[in-house]
Amino acid sequence: MTEREAATAMARRKLGPSLRGWFQDWLPRLVLAPSFLLVLVFVYGFNLWTLFLSFTSSKAFPTTNLIGFTNYLRLWNWTFETDPPSNWYTALVNMGLFGGLYIFFCLFLGLLLAILLDQKIRGEGILRPIYLYPLALSFIVTGTAWKLFLDPRIGLENALHDWGWTSFHFDWVVDPKMMIYCVAIAGIWQSSGFVMAMFLAGLRGVDGEILKAAQIDGASTYQTYRRIVIPIIRPVFFSALIVLAHMAIKSYDLVLSVTGKNPGGAAELPSTFMYSYTFTRNQMAIGSASAVIMLMTIAAIMVPYIYSETREQNR
Amino acid sequence: MKFRAFLISTALTAVTISYGTLAHAADVKEVQMLHWWTSGGEAAALDVIKQAVAKQGYAWKDVPVAGGGGGAAMTTLKANVAAGNPPTASQILGYYALEYAEQGSLADISNLADKEGWDKLIPAALQKFAKTNGKWGAVPVNIHSVNWIWLNKAVMEKIGGTEPKNFDEFVALLDKAKKAGVVPLALGGQPWQEATMFDSIVASTGGTEFYKKAFVDLDEGALKSDTMKKAFDNLAKLRDYVDPNYTGRDWNLATAMVIKGDALVQVMGDWAKGEFAAAHKEAGKDFLCYRFPGTDGSVFYNSDMFAFFKVPADRQAAQLALAEVTISPEVQSAFNVIKGSVPARLDVSDAAFDICGKKGIADVKTANAKGTFFGSLAQNYAQPPAIATAYYDVVTKFMHGGIKTSDIAVTELVKSINAAK
Repeated sequence: MTEREAATAMARRKLGPSLRGWFQDWLPRLVLAPSFLLVLVFVYGFNLWTLFLSFTSSKAFPTTNLIGFTNYLRLWNWTFETDPPSNWYTALVNMGLFGGLYIFFCLFLGLLLAILLDQKIRGEGILRPIYLYPLALSFIVTGTAWKLFLDPRIGLENALHDWGWTSFHFDWVVDPKMMIYCVAIAGIWQSSGFVMAMFLAGLRGVDGEILKAAQIDGASTYQTYRRIVIPIIRPVFFSALIVLAHMAIKSYDLVLSVTGKNPGGAAELPSTFMYSYTFTRNQMAIGSASAVIMLMTIAAIMVPYIYSETREQNR
Repeated sequence: MKFRAFLISTALTAVTISYGTLAHAADVKEVQMLHWWTSGGEAAALDVIKQAVAKQGYAWKDVPVAGGGGGAAMTTLKANVAAGNPPTASQILGYYALEYAEQGSLADISNLADKEGWDKLIPAALQKFAKTNGKWGAVPVNIHSVNWIWLNKAVMEKIGGTEPKNFDEFVALLDKAKKAGVVPLALGGQPWQEATMFDSIVASTGGTEFYKKAFVDLDEGALKSDTMKKAFDNLAKLRDYVDPNYTGRDWNLATAMVIKGDALVQVMGDWAKGEFAAAHKEAGKDFLCYRFPGTDGSVFYNSDMFAFFKVPADRQAAQLALAEVTISPEVQSAFNVIKGSVPARLDVSDAAFDICGKKGIADVKTANAKGTFFGSLAQNYAQPPAIATAYYDVVTKFMHGGIKTSDIAVTELVKSINAAK
C-alpha cells in the first residue's frame, strides 16, 4: 500500500460511510467522466473504426464487406506511379516538400529571431508579440490573406505593375508546379513566431554564469551560441520539431485557402487526399486507408519522442 | 480491478449526463430543406418554392450548406441521414440520390406521382434517378444543360464575329478575339469546370453517339480511340486561348469576365445565365447564347432534384406538399426563369422565358424525342461520382501539363476509370 492510499484509507475510516466520503470517492470520476468518454469514443473509437473501414469495400457509405489489404495495395501501387503522377504520389511528394521547407525554415527563422531578440535590445516587449501574433490567426485566415497577396491579378504583382515595375513576375500561386511553395510560405509566416517564442524561452533558461565564463575565456558571440547555447537548448529543437511535424502532416485548411481549393490536385497533401476520397469521391475505404497511413506516420514521430521523454523522467 | 471499476463508473456517468440532449423533436408543420443554393440568383429562385410552400400552410426551415458543387452539403446530408435525423427534403444530384435509394433511406411518394402522371410528364432519362424499383423518391426541379457557350455581344460586334457552327469556326472566332486584344476564353481552372468544357468538346469532336459509347457505356475501345485523342488535342487547342491566371478561378468570376467584356466567351452550363440576369443583362441584347459548336440538337443535362427521406408519418404531409408544389407548372416556370434552367416537365409553356430559355426548352424536347438527351459525365449524371472524379483527374492533369500528350491521356483515362469502378 502506498503512502497516499494509506492516507485515504485512514480518512475513510475516520469519516465512515458518510456522504462526504462518497463524494470524495466519486467527485473525480464525475468530473473526468465526460471528457474521458468523449476521448475514448471520438479519438480511439473512431481510430479503430477507420482502421476497420480501410479493410472494407466502403464507397459512399460504410459497409462491413471485408476485402483485406486491397486498399493498401492500391495506395502502395500509386506510391510509385510517377508519370503521370498519381494523386497519392503527388500528395507524398508535396508532403516531403512542404514538410521539409516548413520545418526547416520555421526552425531556422525562429532561432534567428530568438537570438536577435535575446540581445537585450530595447522594445523587446513590443517586438515579441508582433512576431508571435500570426499564431493567433487560424490557418484559414492566414491562407486567405496570403492568397490575396500572392494572386497576380490583385496582389503583389499587380501592385508592382501599377507602380511602374512592369517586368516583375511572380505567379507561383497560379502555377501548378510552384503552388506548394506558396503554401509553405504562408505556413512558415504563420508558425515561425511561435517557434521563436519557444526558443526565446529556452535561451532565457540558459545559465548566465556559463555565458560569462565563455566571455572571460574570450569566446566570440557566434562561438558562444554555436558551441554553448545551442547545444544547451537542444531539447527545445526536439519539441519544436514534434509540434511542427504534426502541424505539417495535418495541415489541410492552409492548402485549400492558399491555392483556392487545390485546383488540378497540384497542391495535394495526404490530408486533402484523405478528405476528397472519403467524402467527395465516394471511395471511403481508400480514404480510410490513407488516414491510417497518416496516423502511422504521426505515430512514427511521436512514439520515439514519448519513449525518450518517459525514459528521461525515469532516470 | 480498480481500473476496470473506474472505467465502468466513468462510462456510466458520462452516458447519464449526455442522455437527454439527444432527443430531438421536429415540427410537423414545417418543411426542412437542405440545399446549397446560397448565391443571389439561386436564393431568389428557391424563394419561389418557399412562397408556394407557405401558401400550402407549411413553415419553411432552411438548412443551407454553402459550397458551389454541393460537396459540403452532401457530407452534411450523409451525416444527418446516418444519425437518423434526415431533413424533410434535400437538394441532390443524380447518382447521390440513387445511393440513398439503394440504402433504402428514401420515402415513397409514388401515390402522388401516379395521381399526377409524372411518368408521362418527366423525361425518362430523369426518371432513372428519381425512381428506384418503380418507386418515386425524388422529384426533379429543373433541367440544366452543359453544352452552352455564352458570349459578350458588344465584344462579338467589335471583332466582327458570327455564330460558330463547328469546332474549327470556334477556334477561328477565338483567334479573332485574341488579335483584338481581349481574352478569348474565360475559364475557371477547377477540375469540374475543365471537365464540363471537355464534355462538350468530346460531343463536338465525336458526335453524340460517340459520347454515349464512351461516357455512358464506358466502352474501352471508344475511350482509347483516335477520336478521344482528337478531343484531347482540341482541349489543348482551347487552352491556348485562356488567360494565364485562370487556375483556381470560380466559375462565376469567369462569367463576370464575359459580362464586363474582358473576355469574349465562356463555355459553361446554363446556370451562367443566372449571373447575367443578376447583372441585369438581357439575352440577345447584351449577351448571346449558342450551343457548343457542333453539338446543336443534343442536350447534355444535369438536373437538381429534391430527394425525400423516410420520416415519421406525421411529417409526411409536409413532404407531399413540397413535392406537389415543386412539380406544379407555375412553380416550374417561375423557378426556372430565375435559375436559368428549363422546366423538368415537358408540358410547361415557354412564354415567360427569354430567347435562351426558349431555345433550351425546345432543345430538351427535340433531344428527348430524338434520343440525344444524355447525362453529363462532368456533372455526375452519366456515371457515379467515383468515376466522374477519376475523369476530372485526367482532364485537369492534361490541362495543367501533368499529362503531356493525348496518347498518354487516353491510356490514363481508361486506367483511372477502371481503378474507380
